[in-house]
Amino acid sequence: MKRSFDRRQVLMLGAGAAAIAALGIPGGPAYAKNDYEEVIAKFTGGKTPTPSKVKLDLPEIAENGNTVPMTVSVESPMTPQSHVTDVLVVTDGNPRAGVATFHFSPASGIAEANTRIRLATSQNIIAVAKMNDGSFFTASKAVKVTIGGCGG
Amino acid sequence: MSVKPRIKLDKKEAKKGDLVEVKALVSHIMESGQRKDRDGKTIPRKILNKFTCTVNGKEVFSADFEPAISANPYIQFRFRAQESGPVVLTWIDDDGSKIVGEESIKVN
Amino acid sequence: MLSRRDFLQVAAATAALVPGGWSQAFAQQRLTQAELLRFEATGNVTLLHIADLHGQLQPLLFREPSINIGVGDAKGLVPHISGRALLDHYKIAPGSAAAYALSSEDFTALAKSYGRLGGLDRIATIVKAVRAERGDRVLLFDGGDTWQNSYTSLITKGQDMVDCLALLRPDAMTGHWEFTLGTDRVKELIEKLGFKFLAQNIRDTEWNEPAFEAMATYDRGGVKIAVIGQAFPYTPIANPRWMIPTWSFGIREDELRANVAKARESGADLVVLLSHNGFDVDRKLASRVSGIDVILTSHTHDALPEVVTVGKTLLIASGCHGKFVSRLDLDVRDKQVKGYRFRLIPVFSDVITADSEMAALIAKIRVPHEKMLGERIGKTDSLLYRRGNFNGTLDDIICDALLSERDAEIALSPGFRWGTSILPGQDITREDIYNATAITYPATYRTTMSGARLKEILEDVADNLFNPDPYYQQGGDMVRVGGMSYTIDVDKPVGNRISDLTVTRTGKPLDPAREYVVSGWASVNEGTEGPPVWEVVMRHIEKKRVVAAAPMSRIRVLQR
Repeated sequence: MKRSFDRRQVLMLGAGAAAIAALGIPGGPAYAKNDYEEVIAKFTGGKTPTPSKVKLDLPEIAENGNTVPMTVSVESPMTPQSHVTDVLVVTDGNPRAGVATFHFSPASGIAEANTRIRLATSQNIIAVAKMNDGSFFTASKAVKVTIGGCGG
Repeated sequence: MSVKPRIKLDKKEAKKGDLVEVKALVSHIMESGQRKDRDGKTIPRKILNKFTCTVNGKEVFSADFEPAISANPYIQFRFRAQESGPVVLTWIDDDGSKIVGEESIKVN
Repeated sequence: MLSRRDFLQVAAATAALVPGGWSQAFAQQRLTQAELLRFEATGNVTLLHIADLHGQLQPLLFREPSINIGVGDAKGLVPHISGRALLDHYKIAPGSAAAYALSSEDFTALAKSYGRLGGLDRIATIVKAVRAERGDRVLLFDGGDTWQNSYTSLITKGQDMVDCLALLRPDAMTGHWEFTLGTDRVKELIEKLGFKFLAQNIRDTEWNEPAFEAMATYDRGGVKIAVIGQAFPYTPIANPRWMIPTWSFGIREDELRANVAKARESGADLVVLLSHNGFDVDRKLASRVSGIDVILTSHTHDALPEVVTVGKTLLIASGCHGKFVSRLDLDVRDKQVKGYRFRLIPVFSDVITADSEMAALIAKIRVPHEKMLGERIGKTDSLLYRRGNFNGTLDDIICDALLSERDAEIALSPGFRWGTSILPGQDITREDIYNATAITYPATYRTTMSGARLKEILEDVADNLFNPDPYYQQGGDMVRVGGMSYTIDVDKPVGNRISDLTVTRTGKPLDPAREYVVSGWASVNEGTEGPPVWEVVMRHIEKKRVVAAAPMSRIRVLQR
């Protein structure tokens, strides 16, 4: 039986195309910006977070844009006196910036969470941590969502 | 239909102050609200938007999810063992329904 | 008339006398087995390393790259020095055996003089000799890309390689192309392997837990050695993810740091990373992860005659296709490498005796197929090779075959780094074609793509090769094209490297809005249909009878 090819099924259209399909947007230019700056500003009340203490762990190149493992952690003693309260995660290249907000307390013992996220295209993921003293810290990581194939 | 989440704790018993790792997976489409169907109509958003973990009734970790969280959401985190009791994980759907799963921890 | 063996000795003896360790041996001495194996042993541990055999059991011709561009911090550094510059860098005399083994310079002429390299039976001789000399101080490692990419490895699903490697008794391996056999077969082979398959950087996609053993420890020469495996981090991107849906890879630096710490805490005197990262990734990794004494690199097929050091970490690169065996002697005391001596041993097949046991097994594996594999399908008038950043001449032939046999306007062919070389005037055999195409997903698709989409694909693959940060590189060479030409500026950012896209047949620019009929192979997507690429290429060559291609006729490269 001759099988007709959907455009997305042809050679080397791997993770990127699949992710675009899931988010229902056409493949836009890499690093197209969304409203992530406003989302961060709302979270920090306009304060500029310091690039420190936060660690974002994602693969440099996504295997599958539909499900990219992400770990965010924040250096903190997590005591009643000094702890992380919230961590906002946004992206600058998805149609909408928001990914998740994690809420911690001294009962958490450690400010660390791992989940899997959708990335429509190559872009930056940004995490902003809010401490109980009202200070903010941040980190970002670029993830490439590639067409794939041709390697080796 | 109620969905049964799958939950893994890295230990069933812990010493007070130990960190306990929780991993949980739940089946859910996490419909982003940005996809269109064949007729070009937007498929309405339907995601699990909130996750909470309590230990012995006290919240130790929670999260708000956006549509950029993958289908069949996975969550992994840790908490500090303080007292024995049920470890209850709750996901809240856009439609208001809940998915609840429970394990327990014994703290020595 | 001189026999080849006599000639080799004469050639080596008459080569210019030059300073420097590795080449000097050739220049000053006769090319004999004793000389190739000569090594002033040092210390208490000997590491032997082979990598990237790509299913090759027999001696072969493999032309090293003439274009191997380095970007970012790797610009101008080995292994991104090729041809004459490489010879100058290592002070290797042009025309010498070393020059032939390590560079693309005068390949055709030197291949006729020095013959084929490799052969697992010759490698077995070397391994046995080193074991005889060094006793219990020896560890042998296979860096992976062993189980696939030849005819016999394809039809036996890697069994031929596993059986032959078993005779060689390695201590551990890691993998990349191995995974294109699919989850079940990989598990099945590992179960009966008889030695460790290590990969600290693979986790299951469901629970994020280690899917393979990360580390093994050995006692050799009174030294406790921890070996950590690192599989190719981008296997599910470069190769079909659907074949291994439950495994997630990645570089996983943090996990590696934790494993190194674990090794040290458990008392390891020496920590070795058996890596399939590719050289540039390993060079960056060595600068960021402390506590690794030796990285046995692979994947990018670099053959480096000297150790590269990054801080206290020693990096060695052992080439591919069985052309070389690396020997690294280490003096390990007080949990430190106090001294070392290294030699990249070239496996000149006419000089090194075949090990009879291994030779017999290889013969047994090949007998049922030997006649078919040896069948002549045509002849080449020019040197055919693949390795290099852009279209090799053999890739041009493959693309021509896709264009004509699949009636396409544009052809795309993967930038694999493996495949053997064929000299001008030589017959092309079926085996030559399998050596360049034997994969588990060989279907040649035929479809349409817009000019804009074609540019997008070239840009995407170019970034996987020329992103200035090695962690964002995928390690293959550039996708090969037929039916069109282009200019590439490697220093530009993603999306801006490719220009002057021109349709060869019309001489007109590639129209971004027009749909072109495209044929290619090695699609990473499940359900791709079409005849296997080797059939297409063989049919094309059989019709043409004689083929030829000029180097770099389709691509213009700019680099500042």
